[in-house]
Amino acid sequence: MSLLNFFTRNRSAPVARDRLQVLLAHERALSGRPDLVAVLQQEILAVIAKHVPIDRDKVVVKLDRGAQVSTLAIDIEMPHEARGRR
Amino acid sequence: MCCMSKVMVVTSGKGGVGKTTSSASLGAALAQAGQNVVVVDFDVGLRNLDLVMGAERRVVFDLVNVVQGDAKLPQALIRDKRIETLSLLPASQTRDKDALTEEGVARVIDELRERFDWIICDSPAGIEKGAMLAMRFADLAVVVANPEVSSVRDSDRIIGMLDSKTQRAENGDRLEKHLLLTRYDAGRAARGEMMKVEDVLEILAIPLLGIVVESPDVLTASNMGSPITLHNPASAAARAYTDAARRLLGEDVAVSAPPQRQGFISRLFGRKAAAA
Ligand SMILES: Nc1ncnc2c1ncn2[C@@H]1O[C@H](COP(=O)(O)OP(=O)(O)OP(=O)(O)O)[C@@H](O)[C@H]1O
Ligand SMILES: [Mg+2]
Repeated sequence: MSLLNFFTRNRSAPVARDRLQVLLAHERALSGRPDLVAVLQQEILAVIAKHVPIDRDKVVVKLDRGAQVSTLAIDIEMPHEARGRR
Repeated sequence: MCCMSKVMVVTSGKGGVGKTTSSASLGAALAQAGQNVVVVDFDVGLRNLDLVMGAERRVVFDLVNVVQGDAKLPQALIRDKRIETLSLLPASQTRDKDALTEEGVARVIDELRERFDWIICDSPAGIEKGAMLAMRFADLAVVVANPEVSSVRDSDRIIGMLDSKTQRAENGDRLEKHLLLTRYDAGRAARGEMMKVEDVLEILAIPLLGIVVESPDVLTASNMGSPITLHNPASAAARAYTDAARRLLGEDVAVSAPPQRQGFISRLFGRKAAAA
């Protein structure tokens, strides 16, 4: 083992700890309602679908769980329906 | 193009032998070779592939959601941030294994076949429903074993199931099986504490896909959430996985012999450890 190796070889352990802390905090918080995101998505889509036709295949849901905040992004493609035609 | 795709189960019977590590590493290696790859976590209730692949923060939906129709497949797929052609379909953390049905899994696999060249199914340990469903639709199997008696025995059992319980076996079609020996410890092999590669091969009688040495590099890579072929491509373990992927792609790559002898220092330490 080189000297450099000796000093740097454990660098990955703190990364593992940080990743786990964030993940477990979220998993514990959600233990009562694991399907929260699914429910949110469903209800948001339902509201939008009342006003605009949407294709469920064109809905992209992205979540990023952070230490301080998480972001939930729901991209919904709304087709431009030519008014009056068809 | 649907029929060009391959469904590959990574299975073992015994737990903790390296299925998840191997699924992620082979998946990454195949994707790095330009293949379109999805790795599917079948370990319902105990998902871990997301952690090993560094995608744990981005899981929204999972295999069970797709099987039960709560989410569309594209919503559950997580695209790797480093390798464009690599995706993950996570397992559910909250349901149990009965949440999967054979028809549901069949439907998801068919849909995946339309999108990917390789569908890698990371099997849970054991021989129950989850493991059966992971292998059910496989075109080929990677049997992961460690060179020790209980692992080899369980592998033999799993090979028997691959030959009887898969759809291919029932249809009388051939199912390719490959042996991946992992956690191979050169020191213990030199001291005669571990089964020899030849012995394992003779007992199991399926072709060898590769030998992955026991290495702290593997642990480091999983700490970082990065498959080792990406995190440390020059390491012995990464090279073993990269070579294995090339063999799966039909290249004729000789399996390099496992390290036989060790340097003086490690031999000294190895002896000490054994004597202690
Ligand atoms: N070549 C290796 N060298 C060192 N450690 C390894 C190696 N392969 C796997 N491991 C470690 O062994 C442990 C089990 O590996 P892994 O989770 O891949 O096994 P598994 O077969 O998927 O387990 P399970 O049956 O629980 O699903 C992990 O801590 C992993 O980091
Ligand atoms: Mg596993």
